[in-house]
Amino acid sequence: MQVELTVNGQQRSDDVEPRLLLVHYLREVCGLRAANVGCDTTSCGACTVLLNGTSVKSCTVLAVQANGQQVTTAEGLGTDGGLHPVQAAFRQEHGLQCGFCTPGMVMATVGLLSENPHPTETEVREGLEGNFCRCTGYHNIVRAVLAAAEAERAGVTP
Amino acid sequence: MSILGTRVLRTEDPRFLTSGGVYTEDVVDDRLTGACHVFFVRSPVAHARIEGIDVSAALEAPGVIAVFTGADLAELPKIKPGPLFNQEMGRPILATDKVRYVGDPVAVVVTEEAYQGEDAVELVDVDYDVLPAVVDFADAVSDKVLVYEEAGTNVAANFGDASKLDQHLFDECEVVTTRTILNQRVAPAPMETRAAAAAWGEDGRLTAWIPNQGAQGTKGSLARLLGLEPEQVHIITPDVGGAFGAKFGADPEHALVAWVARQVGRPARWTETRFENLVAMTHGRAQQQTVTIGGKRDGTVLAYRLEIIQDSGAQVRIGAMLPFLTILMTPGPYAIPQAESVAKSVITNTTPIGAYRGAGRPEASAALERAMDLFAAEIGADPAEVRRRNLLPPFTEPHRTKFGALYDTGDYVTALDKVLAAAGYDLLRKEQAERRARGDTMALGIGLASYVEITGMGDGEEAPPQENATVEVHPDGTATILTGTSPHGQGHATAWAMLASDELGIPVDKITLKWGDTDLIPEGGGTGGSRSLQHGGSAVRQASQELIEIARERAASQLEASAADLRFDVERSAFEVVGDPDASVPLAGLAEEERLVVRTVFTAPGATFPFGSHVAVVEVDTETGKVVLRRVVTVDDAGFVLNPLLAEGQRHGGIAQGAAQAFLEEVVYDADGNPLTASFADYPFLSATEVPSFELADMQTLTSYNPLGVKGIGEAGSIGATPAVQNAVVDALSHLGVRHIDMPASPQRVWQAIQAAKGNA
Amino acid sequence: MIPAPFDYVAAESTTHALDLLDSFGEDAKLLAGGHSLLPMMKLRLATPSVLIDIGRLTELTGIRAEGEELVIGAATPHATLATSDLVRADAPLLAHSAAQVGDPQIRHRGTIGGSLAHADPAADLPLALVALGGSVDLLGQGGTRNVPADDFFAGFFETSLDPGELIAAVRVPRRPGTPWGYQKFVRRANDWAIVGVAAIDGRIALANMGPTPLRASAAEQALADGAGPAEAAGLAAEGTEPGEDMHADRDYRRHLARVLTRRALEHRT
Repeated sequence: MQVELTVNGQQRSDDVEPRLLLVHYLREVCGLRAANVGCDTTSCGACTVLLNGTSVKSCTVLAVQANGQQVTTAEGLGTDGGLHPVQAAFRQEHGLQCGFCTPGMVMATVGLLSENPHPTETEVREGLEGNFCRCTGYHNIVRAVLAAAEAERAGVTP
Repeated sequence: MSILGTRVLRTEDPRFLTSGGVYTEDVVDDRLTGACHVFFVRSPVAHARIEGIDVSAALEAPGVIAVFTGADLAELPKIKPGPLFNQEMGRPILATDKVRYVGDPVAVVVTEEAYQGEDAVELVDVDYDVLPAVVDFADAVSDKVLVYEEAGTNVAANFGDASKLDQHLFDECEVVTTRTILNQRVAPAPMETRAAAAAWGEDGRLTAWIPNQGAQGTKGSLARLLGLEPEQVHIITPDVGGAFGAKFGADPEHALVAWVARQVGRPARWTETRFENLVAMTHGRAQQQTVTIGGKRDGTVLAYRLEIIQDSGAQVRIGAMLPFLTILMTPGPYAIPQAESVAKSVITNTTPIGAYRGAGRPEASAALERAMDLFAAEIGADPAEVRRRNLLPPFTEPHRTKFGALYDTGDYVTALDKVLAAAGYDLLRKEQAERRARGDTMALGIGLASYVEITGMGDGEEAPPQENATVEVHPDGTATILTGTSPHGQGHATAWAMLASDELGIPVDKITLKWGDTDLIPEGGGTGGSRSLQHGGSAVRQASQELIEIARERAASQLEASAADLRFDVERSAFEVVGDPDASVPLAGLAEEERLVVRTVFTAPGATFPFGSHVAVVEVDTETGKVVLRRVVTVDDAGFVLNPLLAEGQRHGGIAQGAAQAFLEEVVYDADGNPLTASFADYPFLSATEVPSFELADMQTLTSYNPLGVKGIGEAGSIGATPAVQNAVVDALSHLGVRHIDMPASPQRVWQAIQAAKGNA
Repeated sequence: MIPAPFDYVAAESTTHALDLLDSFGEDAKLLAGGHSLLPMMKLRLATPSVLIDIGRLTELTGIRAEGEELVIGAATPHATLATSDLVRADAPLLAHSAAQVGDPQIRHRGTIGGSLAHADPAADLPLALVALGGSVDLLGQGGTRNVPADDFFAGFFETSLDPGELIAAVRVPRRPGTPWGYQKFVRRANDWAIVGVAAIDGRIALANMGPTPLRASAAEQALADGAGPAEAAGLAAEGTEPGEDMHADRDYRRHLARVLTRRALEHRT
């Protein structure tokens, strides 16, 4: 069936199977492969994107459910070739190693900070409970989120 | 000012953060145009004879190109165990007569589109004649049910001879205590599951994209599985989303993807689901250990024995071999006068065991550190004092243990003192005492671990460890490094660039690293066993220095001076005549007429031995058994720290995995061999809420084995953290009479231990 | 893992949804946030041939006060419930419960109607509804009928929804300022409860102590007879036959029920 989505600001019209998961729509139909599939049970968050500005696990949304709506992926975050403050903070704090969880982690962070601009460390950890990482032990991810929050408060890019 | 030792941000990151890494499933390549999709039919039972496989319904399903079973693969060689193992434990690449674990692949389905695969897999009808499953250690050892009938036993190998253990080992001891403990099975669970993409060229060569830890090893394994000459195989390594020991070599599935591509005449691709990953990627650990420790009441340990049963799972893979390393590291950092160790590897109807961060060494430390605490509890002494009393004194000349390990440098007592100071150990004990005095139901536990571990092993003293590197400077002022290592998150692109930059004066962001393409880099040892920096990094540094010497000759000729009169100014990346800075030539300029490139091999004298001490602080809710990890404070000394950012990241990741094993993660099977933890909803994979931020103290005891003075840091965190956290949980409850709790310290296990101790009171 | 093939239709109104349910019959399932249904379908534990999407029907959203009750549209996502000023003031137990479900991404999609219809005995919202003594408005071709929470959960993942009915709204009594307690015992933050307890106003509900959320009636009776939290909680597991799994055997579950009930009665979260 036909669906119309706006992906990273670009309007698209595509013919999809009802069962096509949003994550596969983004990866295979749109060619946006930053979001990854890391599990089968809506647990790991590697597929996290923004749907109408709120963070969702795109493996558990059907493309057809997103018809007429707006999706933002990691590829759509930065501006003019520059890093979004959250992306910059992840780099600054070494909040990524193998990178597989990273786009989802970054999108979840953008979502978290849009709802709670000044989280405590505990709130950051709870805010990321749906995003698994095997490499970093979460230590530097937490630092990155706090740094991004601080930077946004100060109006600078980390 | 040297860049070495400074916090350099990773050059890899911008791309990972924006367009994302290009993992195997993401690869877009002309050679993969029109690829078909491969899926596996896997056994849902742990042990059964295959009576028949009916693929007729699957063949009719939409988009199905072919369905293959073991019968179609008769041309492929049988997979045989290594020479040390029972030779009757070989198996075909795809199960034909028998399945031996839940997840064992029995058929391959090939479809046009990815979404069609699962539909077709459901239609393959396998008739299983179910057999009793061998699941636990006792069952395996009893040999009542054999996993490989022809083998006559479930024992794949013995390490040492249990009948030759010294019956008098503990005769001099005033106090002896013994316990059988579990180092439980865990899942490596990298965020990227296994995958493969394969295409055959007109020239009959296979190109395979596989996430791996060493393309050269993967090439050899893949060639063996397919009965090919190695030269026929070209491995390309895309970005790898974590490995932790479980992506070495090649698995049957990788080979079958390649075989399918040849068979159907089209490129082929496969990505495993998380369910498949949790049942068919190799698991880690799974040792049953009997520790016996004895000594004097003053805290001197006199004797220690470690008896191991290694669960190898259903196949002889890397796991079956790991007791060799556990035995090697039996005495750890201690000067124990008498120690012995023996092991057997047994086969069970479970997922095969492979390497997992530490691979055999965490098991040794976990056993030893538990034993030290059991001994301390037996004599009523402080665990820190018992450790201090027994640790080897500092040494700078290599020290050979009775188990044959040659420790290069070590200062274990300082590591212990440093971590105790950083943790505020005395204050913690005070707080613990206060809580106990007022009967607080939230118990505080402080756990210690001192460890030493082996990194950068070669193949013994006959084949010392080595690695190659090629460094080239280009006329445009950039440089390229080819390495035999295989990064999958460790940051080699940045670290190796730092090493080259330090010698060549070329900025880090103008240096590109290449790895993992066997046509480009035919030799290499990959990344594992924490070898990369000490061998691969040393090779890069050496190649860069050799390149400067070659360049010096060219500069001398160009400047019409003698080489002895030239100075290389790293700041300017240029040669200049001493005393005449205007007479200079940039390094890049010397690459204009002839390529400026060096390939070198760095050979190390042997393995190095990083060490450390960890303190873990937990709170245990004695009413529910829930454990909360409050602090982990560590000293992890791996010699010189090239880039603190990267080294800390490795320590954090290792600590998290190590801690997770102690109190959270476990693979669980029921009595019939059905896995109960085959999803991330059921497998208690660590999330950010279960761990605190970690506290890392710095200590750098250089090795003399390479010019950088570096040892391996990658696995150290996981080796120290597991016993520190386990010991903390037991320590929290010691006032209630609890002496031991097996890992993971799940709430139920903890609560049951408290009840049992009350029952014994 | 991906679902088996199915057809999809976006309902234009609740009336349309009911007509579609009628015409497709038992092979059809309603889809709101999809965060109970789609995970099941991805594991192929559910294989409906048609999904009727009601997730964007404005008739099913909105939170309002109506006399002594709050009325919550069934398609209200957990995140909306958790942050609603009205719910936090008048039914804070419900807001808190919604904030415990899964993780933030899940809470942005999962809905109260979906969670209640799924009827997982270990889930948060069924527990909260039973503790609060709320009810559900079920809309069918014949109109709306209201079913109290105590009668709504019929069995293991089973409700008293008739085929052809949908949950239109959820009602909870308004109790601003009434102390409450909520205890969700988990190994990891985004797990389902090994055991859960919610308590308010003399009502105590238990999660994962049986095939449905249960009332701890013996404990409630003790409270009514004047017992304090500890004493009443000692009876929390009376009459329960909890299941066993790798996290907890029967004894341990019952023990947790007692400890968590005491804590919930002490108004702890």
